[in-house]
Amino acid sequence: MQYAVAPILCVQPTRALVDEKFKVLVKNLPPGRPFTVRSLHLSEDKDYWEAYGHYVSDHQGELSVRDDLSFGGTYTGREPMGLLCTMCPIPGSRPGLRLRKKDVTTPMLVTISVYSGHEDHRDQTPLASVVTERWYMAPGVQRFPLQQSEVRGTLFVPPGPGPFPGMLDMWGGGGGLLEYRGALLASHGYACLSLEYFKPGELETANQQYSYFETAFNIIKDHPQVNPDRVGIFGLSLGSAVTLNLATESAIVEPRCVVCVSSNNIFSRDMSIVTAYTNLSKCPVKHDENNCEVWRDVVLPFMKDTSNNIKVEKIRCPMLCISGCDDQNWPAVEIVDNMMETLRAAGKDHLLTRVDYPDAGHLIEPPFTPHFRSTNFLRSIAQDKVLMLWGGQTKPHSDAQEDSWRKILSFLQHNLYGNDRP
Amino acid sequence: MDRTQCCVQLSVQPSRALVDERFVILVEKAPPGFQLSVRALHQCEDGHSWEAFGHYISDATGTVNVSQDLSLGGTYSGVEAMGLLCSLRPVPGSKPGLRMRKKDVQAPMMVTISVYQGHQVEGFVDQVPLASVVVERWYVAPGVRRIPITDHGLTGTLFLPPGPGPFPAVLDLWGGGGQLVEYRAALLASHGFAALALDYLTAKVIRETGKMVEDQYFETAYKELQKHPQIVSSRIAMIGLSFGTTMTLKMAIYSKVVKLRCAVCISGSHVQPIEKSVEEILSSFNDRADKTRINEENQVIWRDLLLPIPTDPSLKADVGSLQCPLLLVVGEDDQNWPTKESAEDIQEMMERAGNSHLLTVLSYPDTGHLIEPPYSSHTRTSNFKPVGTNQKVTVLWGGQMAAHARAQEDAWKKMLAFLRENLYGGRKASAATQSNL
Repeated sequence: MQYAVAPILCVQPTRALVDEKFKVLVKNLPPGRPFTVRSLHLSEDKDYWEAYGHYVSDHQGELSVRDDLSFGGTYTGREPMGLLCTMCPIPGSRPGLRLRKKDVTTPMLVTISVYSGHEDHRDQTPLASVVTERWYMAPGVQRFPLQQSEVRGTLFVPPGPGPFPGMLDMWGGGGGLLEYRGALLASHGYACLSLEYFKPGELETANQQYSYFETAFNIIKDHPQVNPDRVGIFGLSLGSAVTLNLATESAIVEPRCVVCVSSNNIFSRDMSIVTAYTNLSKCPVKHDENNCEVWRDVVLPFMKDTSNNIKVEKIRCPMLCISGCDDQNWPAVEIVDNMMETLRAAGKDHLLTRVDYPDAGHLIEPPFTPHFRSTNFLRSIAQDKVLMLWGGQTKPHSDAQEDSWRKILSFLQHNLYGNDRP
Repeated sequence: MDRTQCCVQLSVQPSRALVDERFVILVEKAPPGFQLSVRALHQCEDGHSWEAFGHYISDATGTVNVSQDLSLGGTYSGVEAMGLLCSLRPVPGSKPGLRMRKKDVQAPMMVTISVYQGHQVEGFVDQVPLASVVVERWYVAPGVRRIPITDHGLTGTLFLPPGPGPFPAVLDLWGGGGQLVEYRAALLASHGFAALALDYLTAKVIRETGKMVEDQYFETAYKELQKHPQIVSSRIAMIGLSFGTTMTLKMAIYSKVVKLRCAVCISGSHVQPIEKSVEEILSSFNDRADKTRINEENQVIWRDLLLPIPTDPSLKADVGSLQCPLLLVVGEDDQNWPTKESAEDIQEMMERAGNSHLLTVLSYPDTGHLIEPPYSSHTRTSNFKPVGTNQKVTVLWGGQMAAHARAQEDAWKKMLAFLRENLYGGRKASAATQSNL
C-alpha cells in the first residue's frame, strides 16, 4: 500500500526512567488493517534485541499499545509494556544472552517502529519510527566510583541537600559490579552504594572478611548527606545471604530495614562463601532438556542441615522477601517458609513481609526489562561457562517485576522516609 | 522540624520531558498540615536566574500534589499543575526587561524544583531546602535531526522527525526582532512535522549585501522543503508570529510558487501594502511611527501603528482570495499589534468573499502578543531592538500571566491539531470553527 504521508507514531514519554510506563500510539493509519509495532535495541555488547506485537487499527485509523490487544508476536493480549518486557535477542544471535546496562550515565535507546501487516517485519522498511530513551539515572543524581578505598563499588547520591536515607545494594553469585539498581534507587531518593564483592569467575576473592561489608555499610551511613539512622540493605540471591548476616550478626551495623530478593539463608557468616559454593558444586547437577543447569534441587537437601543457617531469629528490623515460585536456581520460597517458621517461633514474624510470585523465576529485577529464563553463567568454582536455568514464564515474571518493584519502593518509603515513630 | 529526623520525599514525573508536556510534582512524608513552599529555579543560557514558587499545606498523609492542591500564594495561586514554569520570573535584583528564550535547542532546559519549610516569599537562596530534584525540559525528542540550511543564500535550520518519513513540513517564521529562532521548529519536529526555522530579517545574505530579502527568499525556502526526499512536497504549511504573519499571508495569497496546505498566523495582521517588497512593507510601518504610544512606565505600545484597519483594499492582504485553511491566534490584550481588530476584519473580508469556511479564529482574553509554546514564562514587557534600528526600547507585549499561560497551552494544542488535520489528514479543507474563549 502506498502511503502519501507517514503515519503518526508517538511514544510518551520520549525520555523516561526504566521503571516508568510509556504510551505508544499510532495515528493516521488506514482503518481496520493489520500492523506490527516493534521495539529494537542495540545493547552495549552489540547484540540486537527486539519485541513486537500484532495489532489491528480501529476505524479512526489509530492503534494504542496501552489499550489494544496484541494478537501475536513476542506477546499477546493487552500489554502496555510488552515492547520492553518481552524483548529477546533477534534470530541468529548468540545463545544464552542477558541484557544488563553497564554504563548507567547514558540511556538505553529503544527504537519503536510500526510496520504494515503481521508478516515478517524484518524485511520491510517501517512506516514510521521513533526513538525513546530509558534511563537508570534521574537528572541530578550524582555517581561517585569509590576511589582509594578497600571497598569496591559506586555511590549514587540523589540531587538535593539531603539528608537522604541510604541503601547498600548487592547482587548475587555472578559477581562483578552492577550499578543499575543502585542508580535507580538513587533516582527515587536513596543514597545508594552498589557493591562489588567479587569479580566474575573469581569466587576466591569473595572470601571477604565480614568487615568488608560492614565497612561498605558505614561508607553510606557516615556520608555527610545520609541520615545514619535510616540505612537499609538490598540483596539478591547470594547478596541476600550477606544482607541477612549483616542484619542478624553484626555488632557494628544496624540496618533500618532489608529487602531480600530470591533469599538465601543457608550461607551463614561462619562459613566462607567459597566453601559454601564448593560444597554445593560437589553434588551432581541436574540438566534440563536444553542442557541448562538446574541448581534448585541441589540446594534443597542442603537445607536439611540447619546448623549452617543464618540465625534469622536475631533480626532486629523489618524484612521484605520477594520470591519467584518457579525459581529453578534456588528454592527461594522454601527458604522463606523456613525463615517464617523460625521467626514465628521467636515471636518476630511481624517483621517479615513475604511476597511469592507464581511462575516467576530467580532473576526478579526492576520492571519493564526483559525476562531471562536461562542465560550464560560463569560458574566460579569450576571456571566454566554454563547455561543456567533461572526459571519463570515471561508474562507472570514481568508482572512480578512490576509489582515487586512497586512494593519494594513502598516498603522503603515507609521504613526510611517520614518522621521517626516512637 | 528536626532536620536529622525528617526526610521529605520529593518527586517530579516525568523528570525528563518535552517542554509542552505536563509534569506531576509530589511531596510526600512531610508532617501533616505542614506549611510548605515549592519553588522552581532555572538559570538560563545568558546567566540570569528565574524563579517561581507556590505556597501549600500538606494533607493528613503529609502529601502535597501540585497538580491537585491549591497554591495559596506565591508567584501563582490556585490549582496550577504547571504554575512553577508558567510563572517563572527573574529573581529579585535582576536586570529589567529580560525574556527567556532557548538558543541551544539540543540541550535541555534544567529546572531545579525544591521544597522549603513554611510559606516563604524571598530569601530562598539563603535557605537549605527540605528536598530538591532536577527536571529536564527538552525542545527536541530523541532522534530529531537538526540540519543547518545555508544553500541558495538561505539562513535557516531544518528539523526532521526521526523515522523514514515522508513527513509534512512547516516553514516557521518569527517576527521583527529577527535572528534565527529554532525552538518552535524543534518542537514541531518532535511532533512529526519537518520544520524549517527561517531567519529572514538578519540572514547572512542581508548582512552581506545590506539589502532586505525579496519574495524569492521565502520561495527558495519553500522549494528546499519540497525537494527534500523525506518531505511530502504537497503538504507544506507556514506558521508566522507577528511580522511573520505578514510574510505568511503575503506568500499564501500572492506567491505563484508557494502553495500552502494551510497557514497559522499568531499575533499578526493582514494590514500591509500589497504587491510591495519586504523592505517597502517594513518602511510603511516605520512611516507610522508617530502613532507609537509610551505609557507611564516608559513602555512602548505599537498596536496603534496599523489602526484604524483600512478600508482601502490595496492596504490589506486579500484574504478573500485565500485558498487554504487559515488558523488565527489572537491575544485580546495584544499591545504590540492590533491582532483582535485585524482578526475581526479578516473574518468580515472572508465572509464577504465566501471563503470563511477556511478560517478558524482562536481569541483569548487577557492574553498578550507573545503567544509561545506552553509552560514557559509569560513576558508582558521586555527589552527589544527592532531590526534596522539601533534603539533598544522596552516594549509592552501585554497579557496577564494566568490567562496568558492558559491561552498558550490551549493554542498550542489546537495548533498541533490543526496542523495534523491539514497536513496529515485528507485532501478536503477542514470545516471552519470560531471560538471566542
